[in-house]
Amino acid sequence: MTNLVEVRNLKIEATTDAGRVVEIIRGVSLDIPDGEIVALIGESGSGKTTLALSLMGHARPGCRITGGEINVNGMDMAALSEKERAKLRGTDIAYVPQSAAASFNPASTIMEQVIEVTRIHRLMPPAQARKRAVELFKALSLPDPDGIGARYPHQVSGGQLQRLAAAMALIGDPKLVIFDEPTTALDVTTQIDVLKAFKSVMRAGGIAGVYVSHDLAVVAQIADRIVVLKGGEVQETGTTAEILSAAKQPYTRELLAAFEPKRRQAHAGAEAAANQLLRIDNVTAGYGAMRDDGLPLIRAVDSVSLIVEKGRNLGVIGESGCGKSTLARVIAGIHPAAAGDITFDGKQLQRAARKRSQDQLREMQIVFQYADTALNPAKPVEDIIARPLAFYHGLDRQARSKRVDELLDMVRLPKALRYRHPSELSGGQKQRVNFARALAADPKLIICDEITSALDTVVASAVIELLKELQRELGLSYIFISHDLSVVEAICDEIMVMYDGQRVEQITPDKVKAATHPYSKLLFSSVPKLDPTWLDGLVRDPELVSQYGHR
Amino acid sequence: MKSGVLNLVVKRLGIAVVTLLIVLFAVFFATSMLPGDTASILLGQAATPEAVAGLREAMHLNDPAILRFLRWLFGLLHGDLGTSYANDMPVAALIGGRLLNTMKLAGITTLISVPLALTLGITAAMLRGSLYDRAVTVLSIGVISVPEFMVATLAVLLFAVYLRWLPALSSVNEAHSLTDLVRIYAMPVITLTFVISAQMIRMTRAAVIETLSTPYVEMALLKGASRSRMVLRHALPNALGPIVNAVALSLSYLVGGVIIVETIFNYPGIAKLMVDAVATRDLPLIQSCAMIFCLGYLLLITAADIVAIMSNPRLR
Repeated sequence: MTNLVEVRNLKIEATTDAGRVVEIIRGVSLDIPDGEIVALIGESGSGKTTLALSLMGHARPGCRITGGEINVNGMDMAALSEKERAKLRGTDIAYVPQSAAASFNPASTIMEQVIEVTRIHRLMPPAQARKRAVELFKALSLPDPDGIGARYPHQVSGGQLQRLAAAMALIGDPKLVIFDEPTTALDVTTQIDVLKAFKSVMRAGGIAGVYVSHDLAVVAQIADRIVVLKGGEVQETGTTAEILSAAKQPYTRELLAAFEPKRRQAHAGAEAAANQLLRIDNVTAGYGAMRDDGLPLIRAVDSVSLIVEKGRNLGVIGESGCGKSTLARVIAGIHPAAAGDITFDGKQLQRAARKRSQDQLREMQIVFQYADTALNPAKPVEDIIARPLAFYHGLDRQARSKRVDELLDMVRLPKALRYRHPSELSGGQKQRVNFARALAADPKLIICDEITSALDTVVASAVIELLKELQRELGLSYIFISHDLSVVEAICDEIMVMYDGQRVEQITPDKVKAATHPYSKLLFSSVPKLDPTWLDGLVRDPELVSQYGHR
Repeated sequence: MKSGVLNLVVKRLGIAVVTLLIVLFAVFFATSMLPGDTASILLGQAATPEAVAGLREAMHLNDPAILRFLRWLFGLLHGDLGTSYANDMPVAALIGGRLLNTMKLAGITTLISVPLALTLGITAAMLRGSLYDRAVTVLSIGVISVPEFMVATLAVLLFAVYLRWLPALSSVNEAHSLTDLVRIYAMPVITLTFVISAQMIRMTRAAVIETLSTPYVEMALLKGASRSRMVLRHALPNALGPIVNAVALSLSYLVGGVIIVETIFNYPGIAKLMVDAVATRDLPLIQSCAMIFCLGYLLLITAADIVAIMSNPRLR
């Protein structure tokens, strides 16, 4: 046995709700030498998490390891009994979960959970374990390392929890740590700190790692080698530099290409037709009790003004909680503004949607982030798309049916899909149906609230391409809300940066590098690049980070 | 932190007072609408119309219903539950001993059924899908579906008639030794345990199973925790809210819902007292019983909410 991990011809089957048996890992082989960090990369459903968990001998409910060997540190995890596996978990192999916020028990203190591994495996007395935990907190550059353990999980931020989860994994001195998309749920400005902390701790301890991610740029910063997975099979394996610069497989190249989407060409005459479609002036909105001055207690959107011109797109970017989604809801009238004016197509709009005319409602549509929750799971696709056709246009059955076909065609979905239910569609297909429903109203403006965030990179870039094409055909305008700069850059003519409910800057995509506001600078510089040396070479103004990187 | 709990208690007390008023009002008028007349029931079939009219006058039964209601409420403010129509005794004296009996029965049943139900529910959740789990599920559904008079009657048939181990009636006054006590309480307690445990078992099992599928329980598994540690340390504390609520709801049945059991075993409890009071249209007594049931219910539910809040660091 030369390598720490040797996986040979691993097969894992899953039983679907319908009782069908599907092979989700189809004969994967994998080697990880001591101290090396290997990234598993692929889209959702490629089996990367299943594969990573199998290294701990764990298969999620409904899954079963059916063949092959999983040798970790000389033991075949697939052949061990559950009791023997439990002995290795936490001590030899440790796990850092995707969402630390969900993976910490809300009813117990952080310290208790961090040192739980030492209790379970009787590694050291609790007092010593606590001391060791505080050392780890320091190594992971957590604030207040002595006091943070006494808190409950809901009392610390997401970025801190993610690092605490790493401390929880490292306390048992594992030889191998599995990171399952540990930064996916974080803002870019936070992600950097977490990545840096992970990298330095892993380096210092010479610990081997498996880093599961769908984000090539993140992986490029931390991994020595990259394994590309698709449909439960290994597509390509190579060192990070090889994969990034000389990918052999078409799928890998697709992944790389999706990472840098083509810029939208500002179409001719855009400047000439500088017609204001939407204009909002000093809009303020928020939550909580109204104060005496008629403004809400917590202001999620604080005197924001913006202009969207006909046929042009505005991107709104900012970290989670900066008020960008509230802004979308305010413009659509779902969450009425407390102050300010909204002018649409030359006419002033009522603040609340229910006071607006039907035509005003029709001309401004909103598409939500999660197609899963935005589409009624009990209705087939045709009913979902036909609803606005009947509601806004009063079309009869035949006309509706014809129009549904046209709309499906517009969003590049086969007509046969119209009879299916949302649960029978893939994530990308669902988001297209979601979008087709907005198109059905014949809108002038579509507000897209993080519509690509739940999608894989390749799928997301296809959706963005579709949006661009539809814009050329139909002369739409988009307000595109996202936390992902590359997506916004790809489709928008103007980018508005929001921070803490306020508009801090508005610039064009080609001037992103020349941002003037300190927060925009920090935000734009935090977006990972496909360059493996990027993170190590990144120098950030510590004052900026302490001022804005508070999460 | 503490103000959250305090706020809740104060709010609950306010709601309790309002609920109590509504319940009392509804009970009073529902009873008033019943056919039959207190005076003629008291005097029996042979009474002359003059005697009935005289008694009605003496008992203020001719006053408008709302006036009688208000008079009773006013008395309540001074701690006076009123005087029973039927036997002219203070209601408080009538209820006192009976309430104690009901509390005894409820207390013993609680002591037996709650630990039993929780153990069965939690173990069934731990061994989900096993033969044991299925047996518990089938049995608890079976017990829910069988009406309690059936359980009680079968128990009497088995233990009292065929085996002759236990007396068919539970007269508390004959209890002189511990064996007597066990013999008296055995059958009512068994019947009630059957009735209230099923719901608790099912709710406990469901709540534990739900938390067992959360990421933090998977995390515990990946830390190498044993199955019992995953359930007892990670799942159970987070399932406490729904479990305590299910327990409170089941226990509230022991205050007012035991009428059938009390009747079958002729157990002198408060529920039986209330039914007897309905037969004689004894309004003050009915009202007082209803108030006690309502209070017991509100008390249990509030206690459950407080436990649920205390067990959740986010709300604490």
